Amino acid sequence: MGLNVSDLTIARGGIKVLEGLSLSLEAGQALVLRGPNGVGKTTLLRTIAGLQAPLDGTIEADPETMVYAGHADGLKPTLTVEENLHFWARVFATTDIETAIEAFQLDALRTRPAGALSAGQKRRLGLARLLVTGRPIWILDEPTVSLDVEAVKMFAETIRAHLGQGGSALIATHIDLGLPDAHILDVGPYRARAMDPDDFDEAFL
Amino acid sequence: MIALLTRDLKLAMRAGGGFGLGLAFFLIVVTLVPFGVGPQSELLAKIAPGILWLGALLACLLSLDRIFALDWEDGSLDLLATSPLPMEGIVTVKALAHWLTTGLPLVLAAPLFGLLLSLPPAGYGPLVLSLLLGTPALSVIGTFGAALTVGLKRGGLLLSLLVLPLYVPTLIFGAEMARRGVEGLETTTPLLMLAGITCGTIALLPFASAAVLKVNLR
Repeated sequence: MGLNVSDLTIARGGIKVLEGLSLSLEAGQALVLRGPNGVGKTTLLRTIAGLQAPLDGTIEADPETMVYAGHADGLKPTLTVEENLHFWARVFATTDIETAIEAFQLDALRTRPAGALSAGQKRRLGLARLLVTGRPIWILDEPTVSLDVEAVKMFAETIRAHLGQGGSALIATHIDLGLPDAHILDVGPYRARAMDPDDFDEAFL
Repeated sequence: MIALLTRDLKLAMRAGGGFGLGLAFFLIVVTLVPFGVGPQSELLAKIAPGILWLGALLACLLSLDRIFALDWEDGSLDLLATSPLPMEGIVTVKALAHWLTTGLPLVLAAPLFGLLLSLPPAGYGPLVLSLLLGTPALSVIGTFGAALTVGLKRGGLLLSLLVLPLYVPTLIFGAEMARRGVEGLETTTPLLMLAGITCGTIALLPFASAAVLKVNLR
């Protein structure tokens, strides 16, 4: 049930961003990705989640074990908090949304349309979706954006509980989540070399 | 997949969902035509099948860019793509939801709008039948166009340009069937052609739509 990535080369908009990157993630483990803006963390996560194909290298993982949460929360503004979660529960063929509502303290907001939530509340709802899916490998892109200190703690707790149950998480973040066992991978050294002038045309192909 | 269908229908019904937009547009086209061409009922009766078909087609076109654009903007499309639902299933459900919120109301309202254009009594049956058979093809082809243009800002114009030529066969046989109905002629041939086009698009286009959507999500 692990995730093994070896010798991966990825591109964004036709330009190589990272190359020769390998990582592995086992049950109960969290891996935090670090690196400056634009280095290709989001592209890496989208590639691993299966949204785009790598240029080179292999990703060994069952796509049915992964759930991806990107910059956007995928919420429908006219549906209520409960309806949004119910929808994702049905898509992932699960039924339990109560655990998620409890973990992110959404109980008071249950019948509120998602469009009427604040940015932080929306993010909490977006993260609650992860619990609803019941999948073991979480792939998270900047999960703590617009969360307050309290909510970040809430989120860190959820991650810890998830890891405790044998789940795993691959997280791109700039802040310290307070996960003592988390491995840290700086993707900076894997930055792709500048292209040869001969290859210049290829950048536009 | 049923979850996705019920969600899309629910979204269409709620504020800003666009349910009834196509219907209102259809009504406007049909009421304005008599002002444009004059009130002679013989003339109106003659052009009614064509106007009704054209109105239905344009009304369908109006709501196409909503099929994927909203889901793309709020990130749901990425999440759906990584969910257990197959992409072909997602696009089929999207097309079905579009037909249920746009095509079906047009079919049901067509007899009423036919009255406004003094459509002869013999024409109602073939008109409704032709719309019932033809509008699913409009939704499926439109979903393909929407999948092609997803992610483009203000892609509506490009979408119309891409989709309109693909609508031509449906329009020709649909309007022909309605016209023959009005004149009391045999309608079997256009009916079979129309049904064939619809079946063909439903069978093949979801695969094409799913493929282009995967490319566009990169």
